[in-house]
Amino acid sequence: MKDNIVSIKDISKSFPGILANNKVTFDIKNNTVHALLGENGAGKSTLVKILYGILEYDYGKIIFDGEKFSPKSPSMARKLGIGMVFQHFSLFDSLTVGENLILGLDEKISFNKLKNKVEELSSKYELPIDLEAPITNLSAGEKQRVEIIRILLQDPKLLIMDEPTSVLTPQEVEKLFITLNKLINEGRTILYITHKLEEVIKICNEVTIMRNGKVVETCNAKDESEKTLATKMLGKKLPEIQKSNFSEFNETTSFRVINLVKKYNDPFLVDLDHISLEVKEGEIFGIAGVAGNGQSELMSFLTGEDVIKNSSHIEYFGKNISNLGPKDRRNLSIAFVPEDRLGHSAIPQLSLLDNVLLSQYAGNNYSKWGIINKSQIAKKTNDIIKNFNVMTPSSENYAGSLSGGNLQKFVIGREILTNPKILIISHPTWGIDAGAELAIRQSLINLSKKGTSIIVISQDIEELLEISNRIAVIYKGKLSDPMHINNISIEKLGLLMGGKFD
Amino acid sequence: MINIYPKIISRGHPSLLMTYLAPIIAIVLTLITGSIIFSFMGFTPFFALHTFFISPISTYYGVSELFLKATPLALIAIGLSFCFKNNIYNIGAEGQLTMGAIFGGGVGIFFYNVEGFWLLPLIIICGAIGGIIWAMIPAILKVRFNTNEILTSLMLVYVAALILDYLVVGPWRDPDGLSFPKTRPFNDSARMPLLFEGLRVHFGLILTIISVFIAWFIYSKTMLGYQLKVAGLSPKASRFAGFNQNKLVYITFGICGALSGIAGVGEVTGPIGLIYRDISPNYGFTAIIVAFLGRLHPVGIIFASIVIALTYLGAEDAQLFMQVPQAVGFVFQGLVLFYLLGADLLINYRISFYKRSLINEH
Repeated sequence: MKDNIVSIKDISKSFPGILANNKVTFDIKNNTVHALLGENGAGKSTLVKILYGILEYDYGKIIFDGEKFSPKSPSMARKLGIGMVFQHFSLFDSLTVGENLILGLDEKISFNKLKNKVEELSSKYELPIDLEAPITNLSAGEKQRVEIIRILLQDPKLLIMDEPTSVLTPQEVEKLFITLNKLINEGRTILYITHKLEEVIKICNEVTIMRNGKVVETCNAKDESEKTLATKMLGKKLPEIQKSNFSEFNETTSFRVINLVKKYNDPFLVDLDHISLEVKEGEIFGIAGVAGNGQSELMSFLTGEDVIKNSSHIEYFGKNISNLGPKDRRNLSIAFVPEDRLGHSAIPQLSLLDNVLLSQYAGNNYSKWGIINKSQIAKKTNDIIKNFNVMTPSSENYAGSLSGGNLQKFVIGREILTNPKILIISHPTWGIDAGAELAIRQSLINLSKKGTSIIVISQDIEELLEISNRIAVIYKGKLSDPMHINNISIEKLGLLMGGKFD
Repeated sequence: MINIYPKIISRGHPSLLMTYLAPIIAIVLTLITGSIIFSFMGFTPFFALHTFFISPISTYYGVSELFLKATPLALIAIGLSFCFKNNIYNIGAEGQLTMGAIFGGGVGIFFYNVEGFWLLPLIIICGAIGGIIWAMIPAILKVRFNTNEILTSLMLVYVAALILDYLVVGPWRDPDGLSFPKTRPFNDSARMPLLFEGLRVHFGLILTIISVFIAWFIYSKTMLGYQLKVAGLSPKASRFAGFNQNKLVYITFGICGALSGIAGVGEVTGPIGLIYRDISPNYGFTAIIVAFLGRLHPVGIIFASIVIALTYLGAEDAQLFMQVPQAVGFVFQGLVLFYLLGADLLINYRISFYKRSLINEH
């Protein structure tokens, strides 16, 4: 058997305006877990899409299992022995597990034969699974198991896993690592894409670090620490975040949600089940939870994009604001940043100037008698760009031309500069690079020091631990009691995120 | 073997150049295709295109007719651009035009023997109200019951046509009209003033130019224009901003109804001078093509309305001098729309040519 299962040589791939992969060269040793580490936009996804036959490369050469390799489609890549588990699951929600598995196979197979094969795989790799269960009823971890089994049915030599832990609870992560270990013992190889440093050190043998489309280095994971990896990944050292010293006892309650109940009768939406919460002035209140447990539904009620029509209500300094829409709430000095910056909190096809106008409120003089005041907006736009260090050639550029991190800084800056009394923000650092991530977290803390209450909904536990004063967990539309940051443990949070409320 | 093949590649962001070039490409391709069709019919392409596009506007009278036809097209297309920018597909401008003609023309008939400077403004206002009323029906149905406005507005076109039919053969028929299905003629103070002696182009053209300016102002300077832009690009962002989508549906339908109604008034009080069955050669439908050909932009719509108006005139001349059916004008309108939709691909995509050998290298 060959030493290296994959040799990637001088692979280049360009898209309009960017060189996503620039002469990428590294080897993956047979029978190892090889990490591909890098910030968002470093070129990891492009590279694995090339390996899996979704994209074709412009130049270079790939040797897979001793043969020259240039897959034209994912099915060709699967046939040659490469399987991939995507970050976003590609399963049909309304079908059962078994039906999804059959659909995903390239060759035809009877249901009984499939059942035998699946049972064999699930006991061998500790992947318990119910073939009859509809996908909608599964947790993210269970869905991932279905994806892994689907790949294993093809008996791949190389498994590509794209950020597999991003949607899992800490306990589910442990289980995944056990499965990965068994796969290695079987003689398979895993290419593990991540930007989480501790995972690299914990489970990977070798690590290739990418930055700006280029390989920085390929090294032995065991010889590295989180600090050294971070420095290589970012190309510079990160400053430490400065926390606020908030104590809730002498503060007034600024925002309350009382008994929020909403039934949708829709299998694709999560019913909200008696959610209550209370936030003090100057407090950062974190809402943790695995995606799809009612966060976006809750968010739409907090912003007023959806209004409640029952006895439950939302209070702002004692005033009932349940029936107010987003504009009226903004007039009261409540600011929002929804999760999706492309088409929700910002419009990619519009300029930054036009995007500033999206969150207008009575006090900012952006318009008078319905006529837009362009100079006022230009002033505000430049303020945001300057104060929040947004990298853009000019305020005239399309929002969509900015990188994710820069656009997010812009959107958050737009809301922070309104000096809100309440800021409600969903997944503030989702999918952005570490530099922008740090800047955003620090700006949230600085805002809270001025007395603003902040509600942060996030999947990223470390983020919440870093900035929040109290954290509650949302699971299937239910919110746990909040816990103070000082007496919280990752284990406890993990159990809550898995639904173990007591 | 051909070893160069085209590939469609995303541009990443929309090309401004292509946004304006696409209509020109569409027109050029239409002319080429038209020449081929004419040559199959046994005409020399140069003669045919000259008859179709040059000779109709080689006299002052012809130019006046061009603007006469462009007037309702541009006016309605401006109204439609409000709806289309808001992703509201109002296909019923023809019905709104008919209702405008009925309401406005009705006033003209009522005051057939009363003259006064106030009569024409009253007729125009009533025509706008008629168009608005007709446009509000699909708007209310959409907001309240989430019906598809394409179907409801289209069906209402035929309802309006039947009402017009009933009126001109029934209660409004001219008592001195020898039983022809037409109304009394309007008196002079109810007619659109002519702009030039002896030519048919009338005051409606001025109204159209004024609405072009107002539309341009609304689109580029006001919150309403901004809200339309946002609602068209992303309904989610529009909700985030707190814009009232239902209100926008009413406003855009209302503007379109009013302008279509005024266009209807312009026809009956302008060149026609009374109401009968065939007050509009499908201006309300053709204006859809004008709106898109003009990129939903007020200035673009002016140019587009002139181009499309020319196909109406060209078809008349073609019938006279080449003995081909007048429907050939609709063929040209259809071709323009067809090529425009095709050329619009180039706004977001570009075509690259690859040598086959290069692809196989790796």
